[in-house]
Amino acid sequence: MTTTAPEKQTRDYFPTEDEYQKLLGRRTRFGHTVRLTLLLMLTIAVVGLGILLYTIIDDSFGLVAVINENEPEDILAAYGYDPATTTLNDLNKEQLVEVLAGSVSSGVGRRLERDQRFFEDRLVFETQEKWDEVCASDDPPAGCDGGVRSKGNVVDLVQERVIRPDIVAASGLTGSILNPDRFKEKVQQDFVDNPDNYEPFTYEDVRYTWRAWFSWKFITSPASDRPEIAGVRTAVLGSIWLVIITVLFAVPVGVGAAIYLEEFARPNRINDLIQTNINNLAGVPSIIYGMLGLAVLVRILEPITSGSLFGEGAPNGRTILSAGLTLGLLTLPVVIISSQEAIRAVPNSLRQAGMGLGATKWQTVRSQVLPVAIPGILTGTILAVARAIGETAPLILVGAAGFITVSPSGPFSQFTALPIQIFQWTSLPQEEWRHLAAAASLVLLVLLLTLNAAAVLLRNRYSRRLT
Amino acid sequence: MNDTTETLSVDTADMPPDPTLTAAPTAMKNARETPEEAGPGVIETKNMDVFYGDFKAVADVSMNFAFNEISALIGPSGCGKSTVLRSLNRMNDLIPTARTDGEVLYHGANIYAPGVDPVEIRRRIGMVFQKPNPFPKSIFDNIAWGAKINGFKGSKADMKDLVEGALRQAALWDEVKDKLNESGLSLSGGQQQRLCIARAVATQPDVILMDEPCSALDPIATLRIEELMLELKENYSIIIVTHNMQQAARVSDRTAFFNVELDTKGQRTGYLVEFSPTDQLFTSPKEKATEDYITGRFG
Repeated sequence: MTTTAPEKQTRDYFPTEDEYQKLLGRRTRFGHTVRLTLLLMLTIAVVGLGILLYTIIDDSFGLVAVINENEPEDILAAYGYDPATTTLNDLNKEQLVEVLAGSVSSGVGRRLERDQRFFEDRLVFETQEKWDEVCASDDPPAGCDGGVRSKGNVVDLVQERVIRPDIVAASGLTGSILNPDRFKEKVQQDFVDNPDNYEPFTYEDVRYTWRAWFSWKFITSPASDRPEIAGVRTAVLGSIWLVIITVLFAVPVGVGAAIYLEEFARPNRINDLIQTNINNLAGVPSIIYGMLGLAVLVRILEPITSGSLFGEGAPNGRTILSAGLTLGLLTLPVVIISSQEAIRAVPNSLRQAGMGLGATKWQTVRSQVLPVAIPGILTGTILAVARAIGETAPLILVGAAGFITVSPSGPFSQFTALPIQIFQWTSLPQEEWRHLAAAASLVLLVLLLTLNAAAVLLRNRYSRRLT
Repeated sequence: MNDTTETLSVDTADMPPDPTLTAAPTAMKNARETPEEAGPGVIETKNMDVFYGDFKAVADVSMNFAFNEISALIGPSGCGKSTVLRSLNRMNDLIPTARTDGEVLYHGANIYAPGVDPVEIRRRIGMVFQKPNPFPKSIFDNIAWGAKINGFKGSKADMKDLVEGALRQAALWDEVKDKLNESGLSLSGGQQQRLCIARAVATQPDVILMDEPCSALDPIATLRIEELMLELKENYSIIIVTHNMQQAARVSDRTAFFNVELDTKGQRTGYLVEFSPTDQLFTSPKEKATEDYITGRFG
């Protein structure tokens, strides 16, 4: 058999048929191995996230061992009700207030009444004279505005002030479902080992109930030094205020800077330097921003950040405004960079089309470039802001309060934020706080998911409008 | 269409009159004076050089574009014909390193003189690009936007009239009149390019520059654009860059041939070889380079 020239060349450069088949098998197997490795990596990532979520949820619900200072049955019996047929919820508001008034000191009662009245037509703890005097003062308490406590609110007060439950031990969700007895044995054992811790109560006084640490009540209650009633209202409101200020500062400034850099800046030395610096700033650790915030916003700009310049009264610059601006600065480089990417991705033909019609640069950017870039800008901005919500370090430096029960009322309020609250709770020794921290983490996650979902919806709406 | 292509493609020496272009323009063509005799046209370049940074892209271009004619710029790749076109309405200003020396006179006034706002120039001298580039907006807004940003003062009804007029001029009205609120991107390539022409027409320029407007289109769409150009010629002066010599022969009244030369440093600089009435350039070119190019010996 004679071979022609090109065939010969093929034999020189390429493997023989047998070799080729072997090689093909090897190549295919290698491809499979790579695919499996990649799948394994994905699995590790998913399992890691799963474990994280599981831990948080596991700690957010479960059995608790409670010792009531006063058993509801005893209270009911003391006031002449039959504990066998009535519960606290069956009593009407008058009866509940009577129970409450019988147990709390008159000082505490007066404070509760000044926070919010029990009845519209009469006072329970205050005298009318004193009430009128207090309400006529320069700084009248909240109760003077009218509002009356609901029955549910009074039930809560009775729980909190009369029954005074004390959680002595808590269990995770899986343990509570799969092996509640083990938890109970452990609690019992602890009573045997350390009876002094529980004086004057004994194991007989322990009640087991289910508790959802993550609940609407948890979200709406202010912080407290008692884990039974502590909530995250102050922290959630603080975080929301921070997000608002961060967005108000970082988005206009960041998008503006990005537009300038992409559309108007000529490529010269100064602009290159600025661009390089922005890229580097995006990688600066957040605690550095915290130091900047402390030095500049809290200290130097104190008249502005404390609000004293505007006649508002925060004692120092450790306010929501300082923290929001610090987070804004932290977010700014990422917002600029992602906005630049989005603007750069707009096809040049649109700019030429706009300019070719006799539009000015700004008209072209405003009407043709930005609408196309907005979905991308939104995506980047949202990721940046989501990062800011979870930041803890700069807030600690800028002076977030670890414990604060008053809800923030404006940019010049002192504040705490969810990550700070979580950090503070996890550093406390008792087990209950760990469950509260888990529940607060869940709140933070829900807050993040809500923001992201809103952003995705917004982005999709813009994208749809364009095609 | 086919006839035209064949007759014009190779041997242009004894070209019969193009049947599709009707006899009238041909007669007019013959009556035209040479550019030198015609007096100042709508746009006149005098010794124009265009640089990108240190690189000289085209050198010493002097041309006179007459009113209400179609002028075609042809030549091999890299000869600077698009650069010349973009210099005529200062679109080259958008490239930061670009610089134009010499004069470009529009109605006798130098558009590169200090104090001239390029925005105004671009409104008077509109542009249609190689790739159809409608805005990602409705068909209506695509056309209305140019008028709005240029200070359109009329009522909503006036705007509707303007949009309809522009679409009619671009021979697109019948195809889109029922879907003016749909996106400009939903149209076919040829329709998109006609939309871009309508968009350019709506700002009421008097010159329209077209940079290879048909290179992304199929032959049928190309034919429609060419017919459209011949109609628009009544009201506008049109300057078109094309790679397609048949297209230049079919539609243009005057054709400029650009060539490119390598200098000692290996840089390619484009220059104008000749600018003559189209039938003359294709039948009896003055320069050897032109003849070589149009007969397909190079380029």
